[in-house]
Amino acid sequence: MKEIVCISGKGGTGKTSLTAAFSHLAENKMICDLDVDAPDLHLILKPRISTTEEFYSGNQARIDPDRCNGCGLCEELCRFGAVSAIEDGFEIDPLRCEGCKLCVAMCPVEAIEFPRRHCGRWFRSESRFGPVFHAQLFPGEENSGRMVALLKQQARQAAEQRDLGLVLCDGAPGIGCPVIASLSGADLAVIVSEPTVSGRHDLERVADLCDHFQMPAAVVINKADLNADACKDIEAFCVQRGLDLLGVVPHHHQFVQAMIQEKAVTELEDSAVADQIRRIWSGIERRAGLTETQSHETTTLKEE
Amino acid sequence: MIVAIASGKGGTGKTTVAASLAAVWQGPLTTADLDVEAPNLHLFLQARIEGRRAMSMMVPEVDESRCNRCGACSDICQFKAISVMGEVMLTFPEMCHGCGACMAVCPEDAISEGARPLGEVLWGRRGDIDCLAGRLRVGEAMSPPLIGHVKDAAEKTAAARGADILYDAPPGVSCPAVKAVTGADVIVLVTEPTPFGLYDLKLAVESFAVFDRPMGVVVNRAGIGTGEGYEYCRQSGLPVLAEIPFTRAAAEAYSRGQILAEVFDEHRGRFAALAKEIRRQHAVAGEVTA
Repeated sequence: MKEIVCISGKGGTGKTSLTAAFSHLAENKMICDLDVDAPDLHLILKPRISTTEEFYSGNQARIDPDRCNGCGLCEELCRFGAVSAIEDGFEIDPLRCEGCKLCVAMCPVEAIEFPRRHCGRWFRSESRFGPVFHAQLFPGEENSGRMVALLKQQARQAAEQRDLGLVLCDGAPGIGCPVIASLSGADLAVIVSEPTVSGRHDLERVADLCDHFQMPAAVVINKADLNADACKDIEAFCVQRGLDLLGVVPHHHQFVQAMIQEKAVTELEDSAVADQIRRIWSGIERRAGLTETQSHETTTLKEE
Repeated sequence: MIVAIASGKGGTGKTTVAASLAAVWQGPLTTADLDVEAPNLHLFLQARIEGRRAMSMMVPEVDESRCNRCGACSDICQFKAISVMGEVMLTFPEMCHGCGACMAVCPEDAISEGARPLGEVLWGRRGDIDCLAGRLRVGEAMSPPLIGHVKDAAEKTAAARGADILYDAPPGVSCPAVKAVTGADVIVLVTEPTPFGLYDLKLAVESFAVFDRPMGVVVNRAGIGTGEGYEYCRQSGLPVLAEIPFTRAAAEAYSRGQILAEVFDEHRGRFAALAKEIRRQHAVAGEVTA
């Protein structure tokens, strides 16, 4: 089984629109939205939820005002500034509490409770493109990568049980916890870039991240016609870094039209970008070893 | 006044808005790029870098000769960052949140403060504007601690001149975005009139409502999609502070790193009006609390 993750560094380059199109084109796959913070893939796939699971991660300290003697040791010890004095004692800001348990363990009168933290929900669903695993963190919750890791693991297991050859994942922007967690165990990162100064800058950050974790990566340039020079610059960067350039997609108003119609852009009858995206998807399949040609290429590589 | 430019969805135009606001801002200003994972504001502001400082966070360092392998540290650690395997002490600094619990519970005083590099804080100037930014070390998972350092530095810099602060926040609505928006006097949410933009705008409103600060919306790329977002703003009493129409020319200018308010007269007027509106929101909120 193979696992492909779409990432970008910079947000808004078109990860989700392209992942939706790949979901349309790919066969025999599990779809997984690993952007659990601001997930959007479901807006296109319109999945029917089969089961909902609650997600708990870590704990959260809470002062019982009846037992608190107001000594203030917790405020002194907390390195996250989560404890503050109130009129008759102290309270803990749940947004700042990291759940480290230090205050709980040190409180001389055992006045601090430590309940589990209910952080969000995740879903097993079915869609017109096949099974989908997706999630939603509650607003403002910690995105430590634990939810991402859990969702991936569940999606992989289910894909194996259903004899699916591919887990196709939509990732989060950035290069921090959720992105690192989404790359873990993947076979290929598809980096969706754009020819803007920001897109170029963040492509380099995310390429460095893939190198850091020795993750094979390949690049798609979206909105390619916005800036021909920046496009050439990205192409040169890919050559220099040994990144496969899978193809380019133009900036096209059909992406928004498709989104409004709750469709993948490749599903539109008069889709102007379908051919390019099909070619890119074939390239991804080859690169990830999902097609016959790859096994041949692999042999050649080994012989070398 | 501290203004945070935030959004749920990435790529809606936070940096576009922050750069143009900075260009038209009246009075002393400090900008801080808090999107430390993918910092881009400097590409637009082109500030002259004057200094940088490597930042780190505390992680445990065990003195094996003092350690009696009692396991109190691994019992309390909630992040699986320290453990005793038989006679061997193992630390996993990349898992550590820097809470200091292991040090506090160690009966032998065998744990001291080591450091894990987080990245760096940079500062410089563009004309009269102080510009700060954070750059997370590639491979570092936790961005909130570095965001905290950038904010501390920005607040210190601004205080010295009595300057307003503009925060360019990271995308999303979880810990990094919350860390960035905490303490802001006005929250500006940048969205785009598409289904993705609207869904993530709602998430952002839910996440940041707890701060109980004036919050308004900037609709970027106005005209490309649907009007549902406006309806949502009307129903939830969120003022639309500005609309920035989509034009191919603006998208191309952005791609080259140009500041819209500097390139297009009509945008200059728009952002000047936005700056004024932000000040007005802040003033009105001040009157209400007073």
